[in-house]
Amino acid sequence: MKITFSNVDQLKSFNYFLRTNELFDSSNLEIVSETNWMNIHPACISFAAAIAAEIGKENSHIKVRNEQAAIYLDRMGLYDFVNDICPVPYMKHEEAGRFIPVTKIKTESEQSQFIADLHPILHLTVDQAEVIKYVLGELIRNVIEHSEAKNGAFVTVQYVARKKKLSVGICDTGVGLRASLERYHMPVDDLDAIRLALTPGVSGTTLRSGGTGDNAGAGLYIVKSIVKMARNYFVVYSGDSAYKMHKYDKRVKYGPRLNEDPFVDKHTAYDGLPNFGGTLIGLDINLGNEEEFSRTLEKIKVSYSQAIRARKKRHYKEIKFE
Amino acid sequence: MIIKMLDYVGDYGENKDIARRLRIKEIMPALLDGEVVILDFDGVSGATQSFIHALIVMPMREFGDKFFELVSFRNCSATIKQVVQIVSEYTQEGMASEG
Repeated sequence: MKITFSNVDQLKSFNYFLRTNELFDSSNLEIVSETNWMNIHPACISFAAAIAAEIGKENSHIKVRNEQAAIYLDRMGLYDFVNDICPVPYMKHEEAGRFIPVTKIKTESEQSQFIADLHPILHLTVDQAEVIKYVLGELIRNVIEHSEAKNGAFVTVQYVARKKKLSVGICDTGVGLRASLERYHMPVDDLDAIRLALTPGVSGTTLRSGGTGDNAGAGLYIVKSIVKMARNYFVVYSGDSAYKMHKYDKRVKYGPRLNEDPFVDKHTAYDGLPNFGGTLIGLDINLGNEEEFSRTLEKIKVSYSQAIRARKKRHYKEIKFE
Repeated sequence: MIIKMLDYVGDYGENKDIARRLRIKEIMPALLDGEVVILDFDGVSGATQSFIHALIVMPMREFGDKFFELVSFRNCSATIKQVVQIVSEYTQEGMASEG
């Protein structure tokens, strides 16, 4: 396998990153970069770490041409998952306030600890931390509960304080969305599985509208909606397909409309990508205060109820009129 | 019965295993006995939908109207209030369709 980092692997152009990877030979992994500087999305780091852990540290290597790129990857924690050490000696600065290196989370208690540590590490106020705690709480839990990934979730977070922008990548090498949903639903392909996973009320644990006592099928829809309301990018990659929700135009005065069907959102869908057995999620989010987050949840509440009502209505039997 | 959520979840409710344990060991038995249950979120800043779902959906379905008579939420932040309302509404929508 080969994962190639460029210097602009951000969510806006994430399809280029996904297309350049070679995922067919699982005997070894090479992580390469030819660039002189690097500022890549945390989703790329999580993706590489998850695959390296799956293939095994002894079979995974990093080959970068530039010293700064090696230092960057070391600081983001990627060298911990490969059989190399960073080739460049350097003074390690405190990462506090800027990023959380890629972290492997396998259990509920590791998840709780990671989330409790977030706001002091990133120097966020309690108010600002609400949204990121929410998003990571849902996404990590999804992996632990549904992915069947033996290595758990690989999470990387980056914070740009100047823009109040958080970027998050979370990846697992579990069964992927299609296999996870196939028990109760019938996705026709990987792209359809992504669409179902983002649809409110669709749970991999039941066909029942409203879910079971433990699962509702709401988690990914709510996270996607939070990102949409914050007018940012949201990416899901699983199997040979990916979905990218585009940024909602900031010039549009009234906030984004939340849609039941993710394919109604402004998006790009990709298929024929290198086949990835797990699930990768990448998102950017701008931090507001608790009041803004509460307003966002209010909007989600309305849209969710409408979506459930609309779905029920579609199952009503039609009266025959002659 | 007053359940001080802070004692179980710390300052953020995201651990569904804890929610499930509270539901099975505290909430359901209390409701079976017809006891009033107060979920006190004092000191808890937020909670995920998954957490609240695991905490209250089963009792809502099992006890129906009784749940709303006997269970109340105290000291909820704006975020927790919204999440509880989201879960409550979609659960009732689901219950209505099942008759």
